[in-house]
Amino acid sequence: MSRLIPVRETILAAAILVLLLLISSRFAGFIAPSNLANVFNDTAPLIILALGQMVVILTRCIDLSVAANLALTGMVVAMINVAMPGLPIPVILAVAVLLGAVMGAVNGILVWKLSIPPIVVTLGTMTIFRGIIFLISDGKWVNSHEMSPAFTAFPRMELLGLPVLSWAAIITIILFGIMMARTQFGRSIFAVGGNPHAAVYTGIDVGRTQFWAFVVSGALAGLTGYLWVSRFAVAYVDIAGGFELEVVAACVIGGISIAGGIGSVGGAVLGAIFLGVVKNALPVVNISPFWQLAISGSAILIAVAFNSRSGRTKGRIILKSAEATQ
Amino acid sequence: MTTRIAPAPAPDVSPIVSMDMITKTFPGVKALDQVKLDLFPGQVTALVGENGAGKSTTVKILTGIYQPNGGTIRIDGDPVVLATPDDASQAGITAIHQETVLFDELSVAENIYIGHAPRTRLGLIDKARMHQDASALLTEIGAPFSSHTQLRDLGIANKHLVAIARALSVDARVVIMDEPTAALSHKEIEELYELVETLKSQGKAILFISHKFDEIFRIADRYTVFRDGAFVADGQISDIAENDLVKMMVGRSVEQIFPQTNHEIGEEVLKVVGYAHPTEFADINFTLNKGEILGFYGLVGAGRSEFMQALFGITKPSKGVCRINGNIEVIRSPADAVANGIVYVPEDRGKQGAIIGLPIFQNITLPSLDKTSRKGFLKLAEEFKLAREYSQRLDLRAASLDQDVGNLSGGNQQKVVIAKWLATQPQVIILDEPTKGIDIGSKAAVHEFMAELAAQGLSVIMVSSEIPEVIGMSDRVIVMRDGRIAAEVEGDDMTPETLVRHAAGITTPTEGAAA
Amino acid sequence: MTTAPQTRHVPDRLNSRAARIFKSWEALLLAVAIAIFVINSFASPYFLSAWNLSDATFNFTEKAMIAFAMALLIISGEIDLSVASIIALASTAMGLALQYGAGTPELVIIGLTVGVLCGAFNGFFVTVLGLPSIVVTIGTMSLFRGISFIILGDDAFRGYPASFSWFGQGYIYWVFTVEMLLFVIIAVIYGVLLHKTNFGRAVYAIGNNPTGAMFSGIRVARVKFILFLLTGLMSGVAAVCLTSRLGSTRPSIATGMELEVVTMVVLGGVNILGGSGTIPGVVIAAFVMGLVTFGLGLLNVPGIVMSIFIGLLLIGVIALPRLWAMAAARRTP
Repeated sequence: MSRLIPVRETILAAAILVLLLLISSRFAGFIAPSNLANVFNDTAPLIILALGQMVVILTRCIDLSVAANLALTGMVVAMINVAMPGLPIPVILAVAVLLGAVMGAVNGILVWKLSIPPIVVTLGTMTIFRGIIFLISDGKWVNSHEMSPAFTAFPRMELLGLPVLSWAAIITIILFGIMMARTQFGRSIFAVGGNPHAAVYTGIDVGRTQFWAFVVSGALAGLTGYLWVSRFAVAYVDIAGGFELEVVAACVIGGISIAGGIGSVGGAVLGAIFLGVVKNALPVVNISPFWQLAISGSAILIAVAFNSRSGRTKGRIILKSAEATQ
Repeated sequence: MTTRIAPAPAPDVSPIVSMDMITKTFPGVKALDQVKLDLFPGQVTALVGENGAGKSTTVKILTGIYQPNGGTIRIDGDPVVLATPDDASQAGITAIHQETVLFDELSVAENIYIGHAPRTRLGLIDKARMHQDASALLTEIGAPFSSHTQLRDLGIANKHLVAIARALSVDARVVIMDEPTAALSHKEIEELYELVETLKSQGKAILFISHKFDEIFRIADRYTVFRDGAFVADGQISDIAENDLVKMMVGRSVEQIFPQTNHEIGEEVLKVVGYAHPTEFADINFTLNKGEILGFYGLVGAGRSEFMQALFGITKPSKGVCRINGNIEVIRSPADAVANGIVYVPEDRGKQGAIIGLPIFQNITLPSLDKTSRKGFLKLAEEFKLAREYSQRLDLRAASLDQDVGNLSGGNQQKVVIAKWLATQPQVIILDEPTKGIDIGSKAAVHEFMAELAAQGLSVIMVSSEIPEVIGMSDRVIVMRDGRIAAEVEGDDMTPETLVRHAAGITTPTEGAAA
Repeated sequence: MTTAPQTRHVPDRLNSRAARIFKSWEALLLAVAIAIFVINSFASPYFLSAWNLSDATFNFTEKAMIAFAMALLIISGEIDLSVASIIALASTAMGLALQYGAGTPELVIIGLTVGVLCGAFNGFFVTVLGLPSIVVTIGTMSLFRGISFIILGDDAFRGYPASFSWFGQGYIYWVFTVEMLLFVIIAVIYGVLLHKTNFGRAVYAIGNNPTGAMFSGIRVARVKFILFLLTGLMSGVAAVCLTSRLGSTRPSIATGMELEVVTMVVLGGVNILGGSGTIPGVVIAAFVMGLVTFGLGLLNVPGIVMSIFIGLLLIGVIALPRLWAMAAARRTP
C-alpha cells in the first residue's frame, strides 16, 4: 500500500522542477514550452540509451559498450548512405537497429555462454568496436555534404509539432513502460536482478534473460547511432566518446540500483532529463559549460547516497510489536 | 506425539510420480544411487534422511533443476524427461523451497504468477485478472494481506503463504515441501498443517521433507528413507515406530546421550549489564563463569542471535557495558571482541563463518595472524603449524590443509570455523545453533567437544532452539522472549515445560509491549 | 555413538610448488608475452634495439604503477574508475602551484597529496557511507576531472621547471629510465604487501567473503579505506610522472586510462569479482600490453587499432580457457 506513489521518482521529479524554477528565475525563457521541447529533443538520445542501460543494469550487468556501438552503427549507416544514397530511410533504420542488436548479442553471448563478467566483456567490446570504426573508415570523417538530404532530414522531420528524434524517445518510453510492466520478459528482468537464485527455481533462465537485455540495449544503441549521425550530420571515430558514462549516470541518478533488481522506466527517464536540463541550462545562466562534468559527477554521488539511505531495510521492530509472537 | 489426523489411505492407488533407479553424480560424488520414490494422490509422503542423504538433490531433480544421470521418472506411468523447471511445472510438479525463492521487488500477485501470468489477447500480462485470481487464492489459504502488497513488506511467515499460493496457482498435482516449517512459529505451523490437509483432500500428492519427527508422525501417511544417497525403505507411517525410523535413517540406533558435564565452574569471566538495542533487544543482564556452559533458549526471532552479534561487536548496542575479568571493556567491532577473548561461531557457516575461496590453513590462522607473523610479515611455516595443531584437535577430515575450505562438507567447515577461534585461545566462545543442519553423528561429536572445552576452563555460550540439547548441555539456561530475558533457570528447574512456557510467555503476564 | 577421537594426518599441501606455478595463469601469460616478443622481433628489425625497447616502457610504466594498487583494490572486491581523473586533478593542482612559484619538491608533494585526498574521498563514500564503489567512482571520475575543467577550461599549464622533467624523462643509467626504476620499486613493494604480509592476507579474505572476514575480526572498512588511499597515492605518482613527461597539464590528460589500467589488472589474472590475483601476473600483463602496443607501433598500426588487440586480448584470455574447458567437458560425457 505504501508504494502507490513511487518515492524516488517523485523526489527526482520535484528536484527537476525546483531546478527549472531556479533557472527560470535567472532566465524566464528557459521554461517556455518551445525551449523545453528543445531540451527534451536534445536529451532524447540519452533517454533512449538510458532505458536500454536500465534493462541491463536491472539484470545485474552493465553495458559500457553502448557509446562505441552507437558510433560504429552510425559510421556504418553513414557509409551505406554514401554508397547507396537512394536507400530508403526505413531500410537504414532497420540496418541500424539490427546491427546494434548484433553487437549487443555479442556482449550477451559472452556473458551468457562463457560467464565472463559483464564489465570485462563490455570494456573489451567497447575498445574493439571503436577500433573497427577506424578500420572501416580509415580514420576519415563522413561529412554532411556526403550524406543524402533524406538521411539527415529524418530526425528533424516534425510530426504533430515535435521532431522525429523526440518521437523516437517518446515511443521508446511507451514501449518500455509496457514491456517492463506487462510482459513476461519485463517481469523476468526484475526477477533475475532481484533474486537470481529464485529466478532459476521459477523456471527463468538467468543467462538468457541477461542475453536479451544486452540485445535490447544494443538495438537501442544502434537506433541512436543513426539518429545521432544524421542529427549532427557527421560520423567519425570518436563521436559520443565517453557517453556510456553519462548513460550510466542517468540510470544511477534515476535510482536504478547497480546491484540489480530495483529501478523503473520513470526513474531512468527522469535521470536522463535531469542531466539534459543541467547541460542545457548552464550556458543560459552564464555558467561555463566546463562545469557540467563536475555537476553531473556530484549529482551521481548525491543520488547514490540518497537512494541507499531511503532504500535501507528497516530493522525488525520486535520490541515494539506486541503481535510478533503470541 | 503421534496423533494422526487422516486415516491411512487405500493402498491400491497407483502413484502420480514415481522415480525409479534414479542416479545422480557430481564430480567425485555420487549424490543419488539408484533410488526410488513414489508419490501417491491424496497422500503425504515424508522423505526422511540425514544431511547428505540426497533429499535436496531429489527435490532438484523433480523440479527440473538437475538432470539425473540414470533411471526413469514416470508420471501416471509414462516416462518423462524434466529438462527444465518449466517442464516440471508443466508436468504439474511444484515446490515450496526451504529458503523463500521469491522476489522482494515484485508484488504478491506477480510473485504468485511469475512465469504463468494470465495474458490478454495482445499477449500482455492481464493485470486485472492476475490480481483477481491471486486474491481468490490468498483468501482460500487465509492470507491476511492484499495481492497488491510489495513482497518485501511481508514477514517471513507471510512470504511462506505467498509461496504456497504460488504452488496452488499452477494447479499442481504434486506439491513438494522442503522443510516448510523451519522458520515458522507454532501457530503458523498449525495453519500450515491445515493447508496440507486441504491439499490432500484435493487429491494432490505431497512430498514432505522435514527433520522434525513429531511433524512427520503427525501429518505424513507414508515414509521413504534415504541414507548416503541410497534408498533404504518405504512404507506406511502407521506401520512404523519412531525409533525404527531413526535407526533406518542413521544405519544404527542412536539415543540422544549428552556427555557428562563434570567440569568445574570457576569465577566470573563476563558480566553483561543493561545491554539494549533500539529495535532488537533490551535489558540484557547476566554473568558467565569460567568453565560454564550457558544455554540461550527462545523462539526464532526472540533476539538471541541479535544480542550475541552485539556482544561480538557486529552491531552496536545503544546502551550497556560488559565487564570482562572485572574490567569494563568497550566492544565496538569483532576485532575488539577477539582482543578481549570473546569469539563467535555464527549460525550461517557459508556466509559468516568460513571464508570460501581461501585454503583451510588460511581460514584457521586468519584471526591469529598477529601470532604467526613477524612485524606484519607472514610466516607460512608458523601458520601451517598452528593450523595442523587445531585441525588435528578437531579431527578435521580434509585432503590437505591447502585445500579450499569450500570443498569441505558442512560439518568439516564448522570444524574449521571452531578451529579458527580456538587458535586465538579465547576465554568465551559463543556457539550460535552449533548443531543446526548437521547429522546426528556429528552432533554428538560437537556436544562432546563442547563439554571438553568447558572442562578445560573455557566459558561457552550456546544459542540453541533444540530443547534436549539446551537441557542436556547447559549448566544454566537463559530464556529470551521478544528481545528480553524472560527467565534464568538452572538445575532441576531446567525442564522442557519451563523453557517452553517462558519462551512463549505463558506463566508470566506479558510486560514486554513497551519499548 | 561419536566418532572416536583418533587424530588423522592431513597433509599441508598436495601439489608441489613447481606444479602449481606451471599450471598458473601467470605461466600462460608469460608464454603469451614471450610469443609476442618473438613475433615482434621477427616482424620488425627495429624491435630489438635497446633504446627502442626502453622507449616502449613508457607505454605501460605509469599505468602499471596504478595497476598494482588497483589489483589490491579489485582483489578486495572494490574498484576505482576515477584514477585517470585523479591524475587530471593532481596534475592541475601541480600546474596551479606552479603559477604560484612552487619548485619541484613542492610540486611532487602537492601531486601526491591531491592523489591521497582523492583516494580518501572515494574511500569515505565507499567505506563510511557503504556505497558501491563502481557507482561512487563513476561519480568522482566526472567530479575530479570536472574540477580540472572548471580550473583550466580550454587552457593548459606549461613551463614546468627543468628539474621536474627528471621523473618522466630522466635516465638512471644507459637505457634505464627513472620511470622503470619506480615501476620496479613499486612492483616489489606491492608484491610483498599483497603476498607476504598480514595486510595482504586480509585483502584476500575480504575479497572472498567480506562478511566472513568481518566476523573473523578483520577491520574490513579500514583495510578498504587504506586500499583507496593507496590507489589515490599511486594515481598521484603517475600524475607526477605523466606531467613531467608531457611537460604540460590539460584537463583531458590521461583520458580513458582507467580502462587500460583495469584491462591490465584483469589481463594479469585478477578476478574482477574479487578474491584472487597476483602482482607477478599484473607485471607480466603490463609487459604484454606494452609489447603489443610497441610492436604494432613499429609496424605503423595506429593506436586506435591497437586497442582492438587489447580488447580481444582482454576477452580472449578469459574466454579461451573457458571454451577449452567446455569443449573438454563435451568430449568426456
